[in-house]
Amino acid sequence: MDFNFDLNSLWFILIGVLLTGYAILDGFDLGVGSLHLFMKGDLNRRILINSIGPVWDGNEVWLVTGGGALFAAFPHVYATVFSGFYTAFMILLFVLIFRAVAIEFRSKQPMQWWRTAWDTAFSVSSILIALLMGIAIGNIITGIPVGADKEFTGTFLAMINPFTLLVGITTVSLFMMHGSIYLIMKTEGEVQAIVKKWTNNAVIFFVICYVSTTMATLIYFPEMVQPFKAHPWLFLLAVLNMLAVANIPREIYHGREFKAFLSSCASIAALLSLFAIGLYPNLVKSTTESAYNLTIYNAASSQQTLNIMMIIALIGVPFVLTYTVSIYWIFRGKVKIDAMSY
Amino acid sequence: MSVEILARIQFAFTISFHYIYPPLSIGLGLALVVMEGMYLKTKNPIFQQMTKFWVRVFALMFALGVATGIVMEFEFGTNWATYSRYVGDVFGSALAAEGIFAFFLESGFLAVLVFGWNKVSPKMHFFSTVMVSLGSMLSAVWIVVANSWQQTPAGFHIVGEGLNARAEITDFWRMVFNPSSVDRLSHVLTGAFLSGAFFILSVSAFYLLKKKHSEFALKSFKVGIAIALFASLLQLVTGHSSAVGVSKNQPAKLAAYEAHFDSSKSADLYLFGWVNEKEQNVNFGIAVPKFLSYLVHGDFNAPVKGLNAFRKTDIPPVNFVFQTYHLMVAIGFTLIALSLIGIFYLWKGTLSEKRWLLKLFVLSVLLPQAANQLGWFSAEVGRQPWIVQGWLRTSEALSKAVEANQIIFSLILFTLIYLLLFVLFIFLLNEKIQHGPMEADLVPSEYEKQKMNFQNN
Ligand code: HDD
Ligand code: HEM
Ligand code: HEM
Repeated sequence: MDFNFDLNSLWFILIGVLLTGYAILDGFDLGVGSLHLFMKGDLNRRILINSIGPVWDGNEVWLVTGGGALFAAFPHVYATVFSGFYTAFMILLFVLIFRAVAIEFRSKQPMQWWRTAWDTAFSVSSILIALLMGIAIGNIITGIPVGADKEFTGTFLAMINPFTLLVGITTVSLFMMHGSIYLIMKTEGEVQAIVKKWTNNAVIFFVICYVSTTMATLIYFPEMVQPFKAHPWLFLLAVLNMLAVANIPREIYHGREFKAFLSSCASIAALLSLFAIGLYPNLVKSTTESAYNLTIYNAASSQQTLNIMMIIALIGVPFVLTYTVSIYWIFRGKVKIDAMSY
Repeated sequence: MSVEILARIQFAFTISFHYIYPPLSIGLGLALVVMEGMYLKTKNPIFQQMTKFWVRVFALMFALGVATGIVMEFEFGTNWATYSRYVGDVFGSALAAEGIFAFFLESGFLAVLVFGWNKVSPKMHFFSTVMVSLGSMLSAVWIVVANSWQQTPAGFHIVGEGLNARAEITDFWRMVFNPSSVDRLSHVLTGAFLSGAFFILSVSAFYLLKKKHSEFALKSFKVGIAIALFASLLQLVTGHSSAVGVSKNQPAKLAAYEAHFDSSKSADLYLFGWVNEKEQNVNFGIAVPKFLSYLVHGDFNAPVKGLNAFRKTDIPPVNFVFQTYHLMVAIGFTLIALSLIGIFYLWKGTLSEKRWLLKLFVLSVLLPQAANQLGWFSAEVGRQPWIVQGWLRTSEALSKAVEANQIIFSLILFTLIYLLLFVLFIFLLNEKIQHGPMEADLVPSEYEKQKMNFQNN
């Protein structure tokens, strides 16, 4: 399918950008959470939590806004996916709540059992969030049963199969890698030494998962690579992705922590772009009948709304980027624990 | 139980729980702006101590507001898929605007507000406080606009028929400024200011009773009572104009609020009563005769459209909204009275001795909370059986793919976690209050110390 430059495609890209922003930003704090239990010692754990302390809430807003934008631009997708994945979503919301309050409550009481309990909640919920989101992406790749009335007709358990689980685990490994690199930037001394070891393992873990997922996709869902056959230059993205991952250990070895982090961001962006290119112009593929696919045309709001939203985005996005950059700038540097810390 | 009832219970439960926290954050946010502003102006360290104490409380409210708000963002899709398809064009843009304009602003500057004391200059910190407060009010703007559109839809047309019908925007600004948005937004925001103000009053009164942190408590009390007096009077004004609006735009709702059945008669304004829906009268009621006719038409004898003018299937449960509505109004008058009495004794300088009054203030925190919930129950249940007034029924708005047992599962899940959250919230809040303001907060922040050192050298 060729690319049409119209409002619908533009919104496909914009929602992609929002979700990529989410994956890059919340990705590292979910990664820190996933690794949290590997860290020993109360003070060290506090350093981990406070490394994401000022920013995790803002990162999550990318998801909230992505959800709102999906509702506005492609209401049928919002309706079909969220009602179809009802149970999975409720579990996701449940763990999102748990994670938020675990961060808030953990250091409020000195008791050992209290802290261990919230540490566990924080870590397990971070892993589950990444896993569930990966499974959701996996289902978008495999397609789901959608009828002529745009309604989901499948079941919760059918969503979980070896392929979608593999995508889920790959997502966890990606975020672990990303989070550990973020931690290298934010920590020093003994903690940093521990974290550096994690990064090596996480990169290996991710590469194994990534290669398996790619092979599985090529074998079982060759239509995802159709656009790449038609436009071979798109393979550059895949190459870029591998180069970015390969670059990470090199930058860390040379002590260029920020560059390593940027590489990891680039690899997430490249991965999601590959996914989006494979999907376009569909948003949800129906396994019942390809005529029932939800596309950027039959699932969209009116042109008027897409237009208004475009204006809202043009006004809002520069502000959003300004705050985001300023906040990261204000809180740059290594974590220090003080009276206001978590 | 049917999917419809379950979905409604689940939505009502999660939104009501969410709505415990936003009014507190919006109200406290405003108070923080006042306190930190006074600190910058007077340089009196007690104001810094106050700001820092209330920021700690604020952060707790905020965290719970965020955790429970994320559920709401997705619940339209999970529980009300047909509704989402129907209104996506209109409603989605408001929700997206909320994310872009409000949530990013709040969450970004919240980081500076809570963690930035030692990182930015006092002016920049104050700016962040203002932005957080502004952001929290903006998030009310968009969500209330979206909700008001459901109450009084405008600026759209219907495209498609039967199952494929959906509302499409024709005029964005008429959608935003639909007939009820301004009234309802101002009413909701003032209601939130009341929540924040009475929360501060309650904690301060508690310290005054215990004779702890007296200077801190008295100063906080002053800030609280000023906001309370202003907001409680304004709440009467905005509530009144909401009621006039309801009488024009949602006559069935108004008739239910006042249990007015017979269209040919002039209508009374009840203070309280118990509605007998079968016999169509109000028992044990006390009313100002014909006053509703006057409020609506400016004429004591003009007839007001009653519930009998509507089909049985088009009216809300009467006694329920009658009760919630009248309780809210009663609380409104109580808050005005409390604010006036508080100001009076503060002015006389004998507030700290009036133990009965302080005790009342300690409990008063519950009143605006209750009124906020009751107000939403009146407005939302009063809209039934419509989900979009006059256009789409709640029973047609459900998710077709969702079954009753799935909703029961999620309802159990949320009941458990919200119970846990609520208990922990009260426990931690209690600790913070018992602990009180910190001595350490009287000293200047790291940033100011460094600046002073720099100047001295
Ligand atoms: C923008 C939309 C929106 C906003 C801001 C609110 N609601 Fe609402 N509410 C709905 C959109 C909605 C809805 C999706 O339209 C529901 C679900 C079923 C229905 O009829 O309306 C609803 C139902 C609903 C019900 C159940 C009524 C019934 O089923 O009889 C209650 C008790 C509330 N809401 C309470 C609240 C509270 C306490 C809010 C304060 C934050 C609130 N609502 C804000
Ligand atoms: C059904 C309607 C609602 C939805 C979908 C919703 C959604 C949300 C979401 C997603 C968040 C978290 C944002 C973040 O991550 O920072 C949130 C928080 C918040 N919401 Fe709601 N909300 C609703 C009703 C309301 C209402 C009616 C108000 C105010 C009158 C309100 C005011 C706030 C505020 C001020 C916050 C920030 C957190 C806090 O202060 O506690 N919300 N809401
Ligand atoms: C002083 C007398 C009051 C009057 C005359 C009044 C009037 C009203 C009316 C008519 C509505 C319904 C609007 C609609 O259905 O669209 C309403 C709703 C509401 N009220 Fe009040 N009210 C009063 C006091 C209060 C107080 C003290 C609070 C809270 C502190 C409060 C909070 C609310 C809320 C949150 C709503 C739902 C949102 C809305 O529809 O605006 N009210 N009020």
